[in-house]
Amino acid sequence: MKAFTRLDGRAAPLGLANVDTDQIIPKQFLKTVEREGLAKGLFYDFRFDEAGKEKTDFVLNRPEYRAASILIAGDNFGCGSSREHAPWALMDFGITCVISSGFADIFHNNCLNNGLLPVVLKPQEVEALMEEAKGGNHVFTVDLETQTVSAPSGAKFRFEIDPDRKHKLLEGLDAIGETLQHAPSIDVYEMKRALAQPWLEA
Amino acid sequence: MAGKTLYDKIWDAHVIAQDGAEAILYIDLHLIHEVTTPQAFAGLRAAGRPVRRPDRTLAVADHNVPTIGQALGVNAVEDEEARLQLQTLGRNVADAGIEYFQMGDPRNGIVHVVGPEQGRTQPGMTIVCGDSHTSTHGAFGALAQGIGTSEVEHVLATQTLRQARSKNLRVTVDGQLGPGVTAKDMALAIIGTIGTAGGTGSVIEYAGEAVRALSMEGRMTLCNLTIEAGARAGLVAPDDKTFDYIRGRPSAPKGAAWDMAVSYWKSYFSDPDALFDREVRLNAADIAPTVTWGTSPEDVVSVTGLVPDPDSFATPDKRASATRALDYMGLIAGQPITEAKVDVVFIGSCTNSRIEDLRAAAEVAQAAFLEGRLVAPHVRAMVVPGSGLVRDQAEAEGLDALFRASGFEWREPGCSMCLGMNPDRLAPGQRCASTSNRNFEGRQGRGGRTHLMSPAMAAAAAIAGHIVDVRTFLTV
Ligand code: SF4
Repeated sequence: MKAFTRLDGRAAPLGLANVDTDQIIPKQFLKTVEREGLAKGLFYDFRFDEAGKEKTDFVLNRPEYRAASILIAGDNFGCGSSREHAPWALMDFGITCVISSGFADIFHNNCLNNGLLPVVLKPQEVEALMEEAKGGNHVFTVDLETQTVSAPSGAKFRFEIDPDRKHKLLEGLDAIGETLQHAPSIDVYEMKRALAQPWLEA
Repeated sequence: MAGKTLYDKIWDAHVIAQDGAEAILYIDLHLIHEVTTPQAFAGLRAAGRPVRRPDRTLAVADHNVPTIGQALGVNAVEDEEARLQLQTLGRNVADAGIEYFQMGDPRNGIVHVVGPEQGRTQPGMTIVCGDSHTSTHGAFGALAQGIGTSEVEHVLATQTLRQARSKNLRVTVDGQLGPGVTAKDMALAIIGTIGTAGGTGSVIEYAGEAVRALSMEGRMTLCNLTIEAGARAGLVAPDDKTFDYIRGRPSAPKGAAWDMAVSYWKSYFSDPDALFDREVRLNAADIAPTVTWGTSPEDVVSVTGLVPDPDSFATPDKRASATRALDYMGLIAGQPITEAKVDVVFIGSCTNSRIEDLRAAAEVAQAAFLEGRLVAPHVRAMVVPGSGLVRDQAEAEGLDALFRASGFEWREPGCSMCLGMNPDRLAPGQRCASTSNRNFEGRQGRGGRTHLMSPAMAAAAAIAGHIVDVRTFLTV
């Protein structure tokens, strides 16, 4: 996994609530057997019209936000399907941090497992950042070490993150490798289970 | 000390180790399908890691499969990428020694229909699948949740999942549902009450007289929609109905093991003095047949109600979303929802494609048929059984003949138009009465407009040609 430490980048405002993973990456892009190359499908129906032409008014199509690496979104971002293609598509596009007042659980986990930082702030803080991101200067700083988001106006907000998750993100640690260190405990658990619930071992 | 909730009991029985805020949780059953696994198997291969418990893993082909011509196997799949994805699954499971119900095998079908049907889903288990509607299996009192592909890889490699403990939310539905009101309506009413983020961070246990009265299939519908309320998992405590449903199924325990299993399963209930972080109560009598008007499952309205005014919503982003939803759905605030004329009717998906769902739809179709009424001429109506075995059962009961005679298409099993990854999808602007679970923009096909409802309501809409209250429809 790619480590996340500190990010200085452009922030794009997407002021909609309940943006679901079908919108983040529509199903026609889920047929791939790869993780890469999904940027082309990111927010596809928002970005392109029926003829496949770019919609000029969508935030990520506007010149100033094309290179955004931070997305500021409405509440309950990433609800719906468990598809990990959603964080893959965001990352392939270059977005490595999403800020919202709330994320759906599975999406939140999927982000952390890929080194994409989901930042949860209070609704009024998200709104303040959203307003700033609409202005001329929208280069924000997200610092995982200090758990802060800084806006160009100097406004600074602190966010919470589970310390272990933080550690794994900072170091870019592989969860499977970590868990395999517990292999002896898994063996013991399986032996006990085989005795208590033999019908599961058929 | 306070007692434990059902969720606490399952959780505690599966924790292997604690690593900071995360527990390492043993997984009893891992269900996999073609869409969310190729990158996981690729990851394992790259790291040289084997699959730890192929015997606790089961694979099906469901999302991509066309709903005709399945006897041809993957060759029935015209889309090249989709075929490659199915072939990739076939290769991966063969290498790992994982059992796989291939296309055309009558045991194949939608993953959340197949697990319970085979008796794989059992009380007290931890179950995961790279699909958010894994919550379905909670109907058996199993902790069942959807996971992402990195987690699929983690489970394949370790048979465990890393997770922080969730909160306990209990939703109690008192009293009895009225005639024509189903588990689907109950679920939509609950989502309408608590919102699509209402369950975030929680596991929901469903309780109360109306929940206990549901059949196992009704409980599956209810738990299936739990994810649309933002909770990863829903639970119903197992009871005799649960055990009766499992008994005799291919993977159910047999002989002496059966009695041992039942007595073990009976320990899975919330203690009377267990504490829940939050409680929500509804009265079943207040629930009418319910449909969605917008593009989020929380956008619900009673079938007797009106399309809401965006200004009636509390926050700016909710108002913006509602305005956008009405525009997308082609509806006008204040209009009766029954004015919505439908082009397509879809009866299927892991929410409502089991035999009881098909029977409920068939009952409406038959009542109309006896009055000389068929599917409205402008409507394309399709019925897609959840598995090959559901299809066989329906055909044995003559439901397919009735559907056909009434003007419905009778298709082969799969996810079908629930998500439109396969050839079944809506054209832009088409309005669909659907028994599935998501009315998101473009979910059933780009520009398609989805109204979620129960199978009986969808069948009634097919015949009336517009959204209609199944209760009045049946008596006229
Ligand atoms: S039927 Fe729909 S919701 Fe269910 S597994 Fe298939 S695509 Fe997912």
